[in-house]
Amino acid sequence: MNPNLINFIYLIAGVLFILGIKGLTKPKTAVRGNMLSALGMLLAVAVTLLTINDVDYRFIVAGVAVGSIVGAVMALRIQMTSMPQMVALLNGFGGGASLTIALAEYFSTIGAAPTSMADMLVPVIADSSAFGVGPEGTIALIAIGLTVMIGAVTLSGSFVAFAKLQELMKNSYGLPGGPIGNALLFLAALASVAAVVMNPGNMAAMLALVGIALLLGLFLVMPIGGADMPVVIALLNSYSGIAAALAGFILGNTVLIIAGSLVGTSGLILTQIMCVAMNRSLANVLFGKMAAGGETIDADEVYAGKVKSAQPDEVALMLEIAQRVVIVPGYGMAMAQAQHAVRELADALEAKGVEVEYGIHPVAGRMPGHMNVLLAEAEVPYDKLVEMDRINPTFEDTDVVIVIGANDVTNPMARDAEGSPIYGMPILNVDKARNVVVIKRSLSPGFAGLPNPLFAMDHTLMVYGDGKKAVIEMTTALNQA
Amino acid sequence: MEILILLLALFVLSLFLGVELITKVPPTLHTPLMSGTNAVSGITLVGALLAAGSNGSPMLVNVLGFIAVTLATINVVGGYLVTNRMLAMFKRK
Repeated sequence: MNPNLINFIYLIAGVLFILGIKGLTKPKTAVRGNMLSALGMLLAVAVTLLTINDVDYRFIVAGVAVGSIVGAVMALRIQMTSMPQMVALLNGFGGGASLTIALAEYFSTIGAAPTSMADMLVPVIADSSAFGVGPEGTIALIAIGLTVMIGAVTLSGSFVAFAKLQELMKNSYGLPGGPIGNALLFLAALASVAAVVMNPGNMAAMLALVGIALLLGLFLVMPIGGADMPVVIALLNSYSGIAAALAGFILGNTVLIIAGSLVGTSGLILTQIMCVAMNRSLANVLFGKMAAGGETIDADEVYAGKVKSAQPDEVALMLEIAQRVVIVPGYGMAMAQAQHAVRELADALEAKGVEVEYGIHPVAGRMPGHMNVLLAEAEVPYDKLVEMDRINPTFEDTDVVIVIGANDVTNPMARDAEGSPIYGMPILNVDKARNVVVIKRSLSPGFAGLPNPLFAMDHTLMVYGDGKKAVIEMTTALNQA
Repeated sequence: MEILILLLALFVLSLFLGVELITKVPPTLHTPLMSGTNAVSGITLVGALLAAGSNGSPMLVNVLGFIAVTLATINVVGGYLVTNRMLAMFKRK
């Protein structure tokens, strides 16, 4: 096939990817956008299959078959509450694909055919000119080294993120020295890249690079706690894109570069949105603990004698006379699988003429947009899902706010208590509403480890217990009233 | 070298385009955006097919190519399907 024609078709595929993401800017056009993007993928893959020749198709057919089955089963069976785990795995696979492409390209170019680990420790004679003329060879080798490094970090880091989200790994293990240990690993990885670039035949250096980068991904993500996972997932998403773009440089392939850089920026922007929503720098999320600053606040002092609790049917009486109710969901709603129950409560309220909206904090849940997907699954119309900046001015005119499974994102200390570790974090100002109902198992603190003065306010009622059960009881009481 | 500079230009312009596009995606669709971009990053399938090796390649290259094709296909198929599943939920009213 004519290489110009091939590149032209790659260009069309790239344009379709761009139109696909453009479609995602509105819920109405999003499905079509996704289809356009998939069409672009089909075009790019089809034209590539037509161009390769003298290929052992057994490996390709087997790979496509296995991948299609695994991908389809994952996509169709995953529960919406587990979407963060699925995205974490896909990030990892993306990184793994770039890693193995770079390795395949490396071994085939140096012309080595190692059949055992021992073979790889013996350098072969290879010159950077095998990778390109003059500086091009060096640049190609740098691209291979960086792809291997970022791909491997993404692969192992994503699997740790998956294990944490799936609660397979509850403890945090960091390297001794924390960030310094990670920095040393990072420098060691860069040194291995340099070794490969200077002596391309040094397969042991390549092997070391893979090992060090895998360890780096492991130790980067292991110390990070569950509530910071939205940032980690977004960042790994970005890495998988950057790795793909770098692989594009290795192969001189335009569509890989376009697609990879789109994914890379997408992940970076989401990372930044998450960090802003937590009022923390990326470095602080990755390497720091929550600042321990300020005097320690005694939970008993905040809560003593001031917390009032209520039964769901008492809340129902309050809801019945409300005109406007805002529901604020958090990860607790996902844990309790309460999204359908919440929607039924909203239906019951709307049937009585109550206006209902949902206030969504950007970091509610375990990944960007997690709450929105859960509520969409429960058939809540998307125009009822209101983002923080738009819902905040409305709380003063809201009769009842129902907080379900959210804590830190409603803590007024973030706004009022200068010197508090979370001071400055944007929150949902639910305390401005006339009444606040908090559905929660106990008064235990959220991820920030702080007591929440909201719970002790005069106009706050605590409903203790399982979120789903409490909401269902409210709905029942409301329907009987 | 000329080609490399062109690729670099493409890369930089795509980054800027990405910023412009992604900042317009509403927070409601951030989860489908992530799974959708996972699918797009499955474009490495193209790279995997090119790198999968020819008949004369050493076994190691074939095996690496097979792994790359498998992982990239999971991203493509899984990513687009799960994104479509989510977006269908947002579409209905």
